[in-house]
Parts: sequence; C-alpha cells; structure tokens
Amino acid sequence: MTTPSEEGGSLLAIDVGEINTRAVLFDVVEGRYRFLAFGTARTTAQAPQNHIMEGVLRAISRLEEITGRALIGEDNRVITPGSLDGSGVDVFITTMSAGPPLKVLVVGLLEDVSLASAKQLVSTTYAQVIETIGLNDGKKPEERLDIILSCRPDLIIIAGGTENGATNSVIRLVESVRLACSLMPKEQRPEVLYTGNQALLEEVENKLGSLTKLYKSPNVRPGLDVEQFSPAQARMAEIFRSFRISQIPGTSDLDEWSGNRLLPTSTAFGRIIQFLSKVYDPTKGVLGVDVGASATTIASAFDGELTLGVFPEYGLGQGLSGLLDDVSLEEIQRWVPLEVGTDYIRDYIFNKTIYPASLPVTEEDLAIELALTRQAIRCSISCASDGFPKKIGLSADGLLPWFEPIVATGSVLTQAPSYGHSLLTLLDALQPTSITTVVLDQSNLTAPLGAAASIKPFISVQVLESSAYLSLATVITPISNARPGSPILRLRVTYESGDETSFDIKQGTLEALPIPMGEAARLRLQPLNRSDVGMGGPGRGGSVRVVGGILGVVIDARGRPLLLPGDTGRRQALYKKWLWTLGG
Amino acid sequence: MLAPVVHILPITRIRRHRLLPVAGRVLIRKGQNINPNDVVAEANLHPHHVLLDVAHSLGVPKGDADRYLERDAGDTVSEGDVLAGPVGWNKRVLRAPCSGRIVLSGDGKMLLEEEKPPFQILAGLPGVVAFLIPGRGAVIESVGSLVQGVWGNGAVGFGVLHVLIKKPDDILTMDQIEVDLRGKVILTGYCGEEQVLRSLSELPIQGLVLSSMDSALIPLAKEQPFPIVVIDGFGVLPMNSLAYNLLRTSSEREITVNAEKRDVYTNQRPEVLISMPVDQVVQEPRDTIVFSPGQRVRIVRAPHQAKIGTLIAIKTDLDVLPNGVKAKIAEVELENSKKIKLPLANLEVLE
Repeated sequence: MTTPSEEGGSLLAIDVGEINTRAVLFDVVEGRYRFLAFGTARTTAQAPQNHIMEGVLRAISRLEEITGRALIGEDNRVITPGSLDGSGVDVFITTMSAGPPLKVLVVGLLEDVSLASAKQLVSTTYAQVIETIGLNDGKKPEERLDIILSCRPDLIIIAGGTENGATNSVIRLVESVRLACSLMPKEQRPEVLYTGNQALLEEVENKLGSLTKLYKSPNVRPGLDVEQFSPAQARMAEIFRSFRISQIPGTSDLDEWSGNRLLPTSTAFGRIIQFLSKVYDPTKGVLGVDVGASATTIASAFDGELTLGVFPEYGLGQGLSGLLDDVSLEEIQRWVPLEVGTDYIRDYIFNKTIYPASLPVTEEDLAIELALTRQAIRCSISCASDGFPKKIGLSADGLLPWFEPIVATGSVLTQAPSYGHSLLTLLDALQPTSITTVVLDQSNLTAPLGAAASIKPFISVQVLESSAYLSLATVITPISNARPGSPILRLRVTYESGDETSFDIKQGTLEALPIPMGEAARLRLQPLNRSDVGMGGPGRGGSVRVVGGILGVVIDARGRPLLLPGDTGRRQALYKKWLWTLGG
Repeated sequence: MLAPVVHILPITRIRRHRLLPVAGRVLIRKGQNINPNDVVAEANLHPHHVLLDVAHSLGVPKGDADRYLERDAGDTVSEGDVLAGPVGWNKRVLRAPCSGRIVLSGDGKMLLEEEKPPFQILAGLPGVVAFLIPGRGAVIESVGSLVQGVWGNGAVGFGVLHVLIKKPDDILTMDQIEVDLRGKVILTGYCGEEQVLRSLSELPIQGLVLSSMDSALIPLAKEQPFPIVVIDGFGVLPMNSLAYNLLRTSSEREITVNAEKRDVYTNQRPEVLISMPVDQVVQEPRDTIVFSPGQRVRIVRAPHQAKIGTLIAIKTDLDVLPNGVKAKIAEVELENSKKIKLPLANLEVLE
C-alpha cells in the first residue's frame, strides 16, 4: 500500500455551488494529509457573468491570499504539479452542484416497479422528474408523443422489462420516444438513458442511436424484487457532467483541469458516506445530510450499500417556494420558537427565493431560516427513506433507522449562531434513534474528499480523522410511551477520572452531560418504563462507552416522533429551554 | 466581491433579448420600430397530434392502405378534407378530423398535427430591432427611464401612467379603485387584498406597478391578463426612494410594463420603461460590478428592506451579527444619515 508521500502531495478541490464557489487546499504535513484552508467567491454561473471560471479564479485567488501560496500561473491556469517553493498543486479535482436541475421524463412499464426505480434513479443527482409515461397510464400513442414534445425534457430515462421479462411493451414505449425525437430539430432532442431489459439493447440502439445521444446502463430493475442503482447512478453522474459542460460556460475548462473527472457534489458526498459505512459497525447505517441552496442531499449507507437522494425541491435557494407544495405554513411555523405569523413566513420564503444568497439579520428571520432547514431535511429524509434497504427502512411508526454516525454539512448549519443551534436543528429534523454521534463538517469538506478518494485514498481517511470534522455530541435517544415527566432512563456515568454520578431522565426532556470534547466516559443505561435505548429492545439496558462532543453527551428524551405542544407560548418556552441546555 | 446589480435610471440605453424557448418563426425585421405588444416570434410549444388508422378507417388490409392515400406528409389540410380513399362500392373515405399538417404517413397510419394558435413572444418594450436571431427571436434596443423590479406575473402591457401612490409606504385599498383608472397603468404601494386585484381586473387596467405585495396574492396575480411588477419584495414594504421619485414624476406618460419572470441565467428581470427620444449618445448600464465604498446600494432583506443608502465600508473578515450569524459585514449610510451594519450579501448595487 502507498503512503501519503508516495501518493503525491497537495490537492486543490473546487466545489462550484449554487451560490458560492469554494477552493479547498489539502497537503501532506508531517506525513499525514491535512486540510489547510479554503477560499470562497460568489459563483458566476448565472448572469451577468454566465461563466463559472470567474468565480473559480476568484475563489483560488482568495485561497492564495490566505495561504500565501501561488496556485494560478501567468496563463491563468492552475499550476501543476506543485513545486518545491510551495507554488502549485499536484492534483486538481472538481465537484459541482450549480445550475438548474436536469428536466427528466421517465418512461417505464409499471408504476410500482420500473417507474418507481427510474424515479429513484433521477433523485440520485440534481434532476427533477417533470413527467412520466407508463404502460398502464391509459394514454394513446399520440398523447405520449404530445407529452414528450410539450415538456421538452433534457433527458428521457427508459426503464422496464425485468431481465428475461417483457420486450414488446418496452419496444412500444421506445417507439414513442423515437417518434418524438424524429419530430424535433436535432439540437433540441433530449438525450436518452436506457436502463431496461438488456435483451433489447441492440434494438434500442437501432431505434434511437442515430437520432440522439443514447446512454445505456445495466437494468435498474433486473427483477421484480431486485433493484441495482450503482451502474445507472454512475451514468447519471456522467450525464450531469455532460449537460453542465454544454449548459454552463467555463465548465468544460474546469473539467479539463480536473482530468475530465468533474463530479456532481452529491455523488462525491455519497462516496464518503458509503466509505464510512464500510468502516463502522455494519449493523448500523451511516447518514449524511447536506443542506444546500440547490438541493438537500441525503446519503445513507448500510454496510457499503449507498442510497443517495438529491432533492432540488427542498433546496434553500431559488427553489425554496417549492417546499410549500408539500408542506403547509403551519407545519413550518411549529418549528419557529418566536411569535411569527404564517403570512410573514410566506413572505420570507418568497423574498428568499428572489435573493437566495442573502442572510437573516433579525432573530425572527434566523428562526424562520432554521425552521425551513428543519422542514427541508424532514421532507428529504421522508423521500429518501423509500430507498433504504427494506430490512432496515423506517419502522412502522416512521422512526429513523439506527445511524451511527450522522454527518451534516451546509452553510446554514455550519454558520449557525452556535453549535447548539446546529445540533437542535438536526435533532428536530432527523429525530435519530438509539445511540449516535452527530458530526458537523464545518468546512464543507465531505464532497471534495469524496472526489479525491479515487485518486488519493489516504486523504479521505486522514482528513476524516482530523479536527476538521467536529463531533457535536454523542446523542442517546430513549424511546418510550410513558407520560411526560415519568422517569424513562436511569443513568450512571463513570468519568475517566473515576468520578461517578447517577440520575434519572424524564420523558419529554432534553439533557446534556458535560463530558468534555474527546473525553470518554462509561454510561450504565437502565431503561425505566420499558423504554428502548437501542440495546436490544424495550427495557433492555447495558453499559456503553461514549466520547464527548463539543456539546458533551446529549440525552434526547423528547419522544419519537417528536410532538411539539400546540400552544405557541409553551412551545416557545420549551425551545428556549432546549437551546439553553445545548448552550445556545 | 462581485455585486448583484439592479438598474433604476432616469435615462439609459437597454438591449433586451426576446427569444422563443424552441425554434419557431421570427416575424419582425432588423431596424424595424416596434411597440411592446408587437409579436417578435411565434412557435407551437404544445402541439396536439392525432394518429389516424387509415387501414381501419377504409376497411382495407394494413398493407394496402398506403395506395389509397390522397395527401402526403408535409401537406396542410382543413377539417373535412379527404385524406385517403375512396374505397369500395360505398366509396369510403378518411377525412381530416381537424385542420392541421400531416406529419407522417405510411404503414396504414397517418399522423396529423392539429392547427393551434401559436405561442407568441412579445417585444415587451418599444424600440428598434437591433438584430435578429434566426428561428428564435431578436434583440431590441430602446432608450428611456428604467426601473427594475423583483417579481413579475409574466404579462406585458403599456399605457398611460396613473400615479396613485402619495408616499412610499402607501397601501392600495378598495376605496381607491375608481372607473377613471380603466385602461391606465397604475403606480401604487403595497397590495394585500385579493378584492383589489379582482376589481382592477374588472375595470380593466393596462398594468400595475407595486412597491410590494402580499405573497398570498401570487397565484391570483399570475392569473391576471395585465402585467404586475413588484418593485421591492413581498410583505408590507415601502417603495425604494429612487424608484418612487423617478416614477412619481412620470405621471401621464406612456409607460411599458414588462412583467416577465426573473431568470437568473439570462439576466431577465421584470421592469418598467418610460421610452424617450434622445439625440445624445446614451450608454448601456454596467451589469458587472465589484462592491466598493461610495456605491449606492439597495437593502434586500429585513430590517431596512427596500431602503437605499451609500456603502461606506466593507470588512474583510467575517463578523458576527447580533443574532449570532457569521457574515461578511458592510457599513451603509442610509438616506436619513443613519449608519447601519449588515451582511454584504444583503445588498445590491444601484447602477
């Protein structure tokens, strides 16, 4: 196995987000990779610049100011490889989430089978399903034709036909796509991804190959009960890259700089979560949450099996008003710990869609921003849970499976007023179960590390272990049906010093144990009232070693699902108390 | 740091692209003088096709049907025209169920695209066609006063400006709706009543320019046939002083209201233009600017949303706002000489 020094030294990662472009520098320090610094600049994909390289160069220039290292040469290109004088970098990588979501039309046979799988495939990158065509949708061939011509998709995904299954029905659908493509001017034809019955590959190639750009991938639904997303997901990432190169000027330059390895930010983010799930306990999952302006991304992985959900409809930028299609203003309002009317919240949302880069200045606006974050994460996790492995998915009462750890990022979380605000937002939104560690990726490094992982495997491992990732807290969640105020957990804490303390946790409370950051303690958990602390079932307890995060160890006994009081005054008082408990 | 720019200018030259989303027909010529409601280009965005089974209709085998076809692909037909036949002793024919164009024919089938009113893209402003973009549209150039807004309902119109607003924080109420507003473009403050919009629609008016609007009215506003432009945002907000002073003094002048939706990739914004003939050379305003002290800026978020001031200083490092949020901070002197600190991200430069 190679070592960091054998792998080569420095790495510059560019992440082009919807609002900001970030240039992140890693290098080997004392034999280990370290995150050194980052520079940011406004993304320039939109008008009037309409060329991402201006933002990229500004972000790198800012990084040069911070580090004192020359990274851009006189030819306005990144200096590679790095020199002994510290200038330049050895490896350059790029991730990107900026740009409008790809408009995808999904074609398949059955609603609950191939169409469901194809829709889930769409959600693995920055794309939105704008229309579906299915075998049993009752539409005539000419109606299908009109749908394709009217909605003008960027991409058509054709799924359907299990392996050794239907062929004629799939070909009839392919025929509709062929006819629509043949009626469009060449430059306006959608690209097509065929991910259905592999027996038809040649026939599909014959029908569509000469008309438009045709991508093929192994069957996303090879059997009625079998789904395989990985190959098609890789194709989707490739299609994303190809579209961004054609849509957004400057992307091709950036892609070339990175050796044609531009990745969607979400794909790179998912890689790290997948990697972590192989390292941690395979009986639990690993969860990643990235709340961005362009989308909220949920990456969950169980023993190396990744489920990626990218939800542009729940991004906190221009598309924010789309949240109101799925949730009421009252649902958002319940997360606001201040006296703010629904009219004000709605106005806030629409003003934010006009100025997505603007920041909350008042207490009320900050409360709304964090309420919207909670709701966006809740909606995203609800959608993403459809893709969790069946044996692990949400329980009957909708509780989250056991994830350990949970990694969160996104500037709304990393730039929140306090760690308490960040943790409370995540606890309210995710409502984790059992015992978990909530980690904040303070410098938004996860996606760059994911992109680097295939080139420099050591970098991901070593930076993940570094202080760049901040453990907010170890969180213990006893679940019980007991009445509020009833004791549900008896805790005995043995500190490293040997000191011991014991106390009971009551239903409906949120408590923090002051175990210092990085220090271990042993907890003896004795469930009361048949509460479940994730140690084998209701009433089962035991001893567990925990490590304190920046907020110590938190016991979230507020109930699952978390039911907030209807009375505004009582709710506000509780929020203040919870935030105070978390030091916010 | 690059600054977002908004234009509120007493006189400027503007160039606007008017493009179809798909290929279509361009209906104007280079150098032509045009009005806001002139059609620049048109296309069929939502085609409707009819698939005809020729063989079944004529009662002949599929393989024989094609030899009875009377019309070819590409032909334009009217409703009732014979498309195929006659066949047999009773002279069975296939007639066109609607007017349209034959797209494809063969293998016993015929595909007909129904004739429908096309989607049209309007000029949106008075001016001269600077150049054409074949198959897609044109670039139109104009000179006049320009006020850009933040939201539009998608419609375009023009008429004589009637100034209802008396102070920047006026609220439009039902008792102000009178019949003499008919056919006018109305300049007013905040609109928060559904009934007010409905009444204006019944008059009808030619356009509505608002300082701000209740966001609950967005669905209703989108249904209105007349253009609605919101200048400063949603919620009860006063009109920014620059726009207020410029528009208030333009009473009874011809005004164009282009309430097109904002598109961040094309820099398309809802805007109002008061066209004026000028002899001297007028420059186009700059769209790309870096924040720097001395610039006039508009505040885009609460508190102080819609207020105008002068950028005094920009702090280089992140600072903490009173609510705890970390941000790059700017110092701004408002028009009342009060100095405030706020995130640089909450400003746009007036140019």
